[in-house]
Amino acid sequence: MIEVRLFATLRQGREKSIMLDSKEFPTAKDVLDHLDILPGEVSILLVNGFHKTPEAQLEDGDVVALFPPVGGG
Amino acid sequence: MSGAYYEKIARINLSTGEIKVEKLDLELAHKFIGGRGLGTKILYDEGVATVDPLSPENKLIYITGPMTGANAPSTGRYMVVTKSPLTGMIACSNSGGIWGAKLKYAGWDAIIVEGEAPKWTYINIEDDKIELLDAQEYLGMMSEAMDTALKEKHGAEASVLNIGPAGEKKVLMAAIMNDKDRAAGRSGVGAVMGSKKLKAIVVKASRRNLDNIADVDALKAATKRAMDVLMANPVTSSGLRQLGTAILVNIINNVGSLPTRNWQESYFEKAEDISGEALAEKYLVKAGACYRCPIACGRIINVNGHITGGPEYEPLWAYGANCGNNDLNVIDECNMLCNEYGLDAISVPCTIAAAMELYQRGAIKEEDCAGVPLEWGSTKALVEWTKRIGNPETELDWLMSSGSARLCEHYGMPEISMSVKKQEMPAYDARGIQGIGITYATSNRGGCHVRGYMISPEVLGLPQQLDRTATDDKAVWAKTFQDLTAVIDSMGHCLFTSFAMGAQEYTDLLNAATGTNHSVEEVLEIGDRIYNIERMFNKAAGMKPEDDRLPKRLLEEPIANGPSKGMVSQLPLTLPQYYEARGWVNAFPTDETLKKLGLDECVGK
Repeated sequence: MIEVRLFATLRQGREKSIMLDSKEFPTAKDVLDHLDILPGEVSILLVNGFHKTPEAQLEDGDVVALFPPVGGG
Repeated sequence: MSGAYYEKIARINLSTGEIKVEKLDLELAHKFIGGRGLGTKILYDEGVATVDPLSPENKLIYITGPMTGANAPSTGRYMVVTKSPLTGMIACSNSGGIWGAKLKYAGWDAIIVEGEAPKWTYINIEDDKIELLDAQEYLGMMSEAMDTALKEKHGAEASVLNIGPAGEKKVLMAAIMNDKDRAAGRSGVGAVMGSKKLKAIVVKASRRNLDNIADVDALKAATKRAMDVLMANPVTSSGLRQLGTAILVNIINNVGSLPTRNWQESYFEKAEDISGEALAEKYLVKAGACYRCPIACGRIINVNGHITGGPEYEPLWAYGANCGNNDLNVIDECNMLCNEYGLDAISVPCTIAAAMELYQRGAIKEEDCAGVPLEWGSTKALVEWTKRIGNPETELDWLMSSGSARLCEHYGMPEISMSVKKQEMPAYDARGIQGIGITYATSNRGGCHVRGYMISPEVLGLPQQLDRTATDDKAVWAKTFQDLTAVIDSMGHCLFTSFAMGAQEYTDLLNAATGTNHSVEEVLEIGDRIYNIERMFNKAAGMKPEDDRLPKRLLEEPIANGPSKGMVSQLPLTLPQYYEARGWVNAFPTDETLKKLGLDECVGK
């Protein structure tokens, strides 16, 4: 399974966290498509805590975290 | 042409009551811009580096930048520049609200306060008129109540800056508050104000705008370009307004760099409970903005029925993960207490976190705690110890109120203090994010994230995404961020504009407002000059090369849990690269570097 965590405005109309079958979602882009999220809506895409592009390959047990454009300090 | 400067500085000696009006040296202002840069230069030239920070010999400069109050984005900033009693080095604390703009509109570039008043005093400024008034009746008052009381006396149009009980007692982590919930928070500037028996400064101004801009049309054009850039960027147009800085709790936790239980861990299982999302859902009333700020990152929240300024990311982390606490309402309450007592909402909770680790290790005993043990996650401890630090009475209260470095030194465990130059580090673990560690170690005011915010490229991908684990290119990035930050601070803009704006936008605004004709390279060189004059102040104050360091924990104890498990800071590798980029040897500029930057007066010092 893959754990997908959504944050900030990406939670609107969606769950905070969902589990997906890794066999059906080989890349992060597949996850975005499934959740109806355009790549441009995501400014930080993490896989297991490290920045990746939507093309990143996913494996069983991965944690995908998605954030919209945000800043702070 | 005096563009954007009123060329007037008030020098107020509280010992004698003398108030002198001095002319601003315009050439010097152009060389150091204003604010942080010019304030430090004045202190350096006047020999303040070697004085006792809490003695009458220390000087306290409230200073604007040329852009403060200008009709341009996010220009509500002023700075407090002095010698810090916490670090013993240069302090420059920056604050928003409207007080700084009103000081400028009253016609003052800066106020220099010297000496020590014979009795508690406050300063009342109404345009050209400056008077010293008796503050005895306000002693012991909380900051917000005093703001209200002084507005009742001087009129609703007055803007108030003051210290709470912590500053009165010269607590080394005391802040200076303005406009109720804005803070010049760090490095104990409130203690210096207290040492001078100065309780408040009230400002009223007839102007509603700057009427001395060098080229009004050019400023309009530069402002339009800057606004276009800010509004085209999703972070500055809507991201910060929606969730404020608090959004970072979940981001930094998800990159495994949210220091937890005094940096013993770096991933907090209950981060969601204290996140920006939770704050927005449970307590947010509306976004708040400082003067002339289109970004509006502020949080106006409801704390137990009281509508007030809410916590930034830093106190959410410091009172939350760093103390093992996931009760958001208590964080809101403690943040409000920091504002009321006038305390640094980073250093205070980080000192409590250090004390909790000392308690965990048996150094502080239950019987020392006067009924409130320093147990991880104890909400009672967070509230009660914040109050005690804000108004210390017992020996342990006083030790705690002197900050984590002195506290841990007292117990023979100095490495438990997660500080640099005796100032507590902020909310990003430098083991998981390599570049921010360079800026922590080399920050002239000690542990700090706003002296080169490397989180922007290393985590947020602004202006471009860097690998947070890489080390090879970070030294030059760190230096460039430090130099540009020194420029932005000195101009009087909010640093948050730099999430979207770049050196070109700042250069255009500065040239239009002041009538200078700087290139981008020249403006960045001014930033370099400012960083170097701060460093020379520190050298004169007794700073040693070994003060550019990180706590041993970050170098020797790999991250214990979460996505960045196993990582340590590579500072021993990056620090020499940084010194090379700066033209420094053993932490200080060479004479050649000083000459190149036009700091000939520092050569041989």
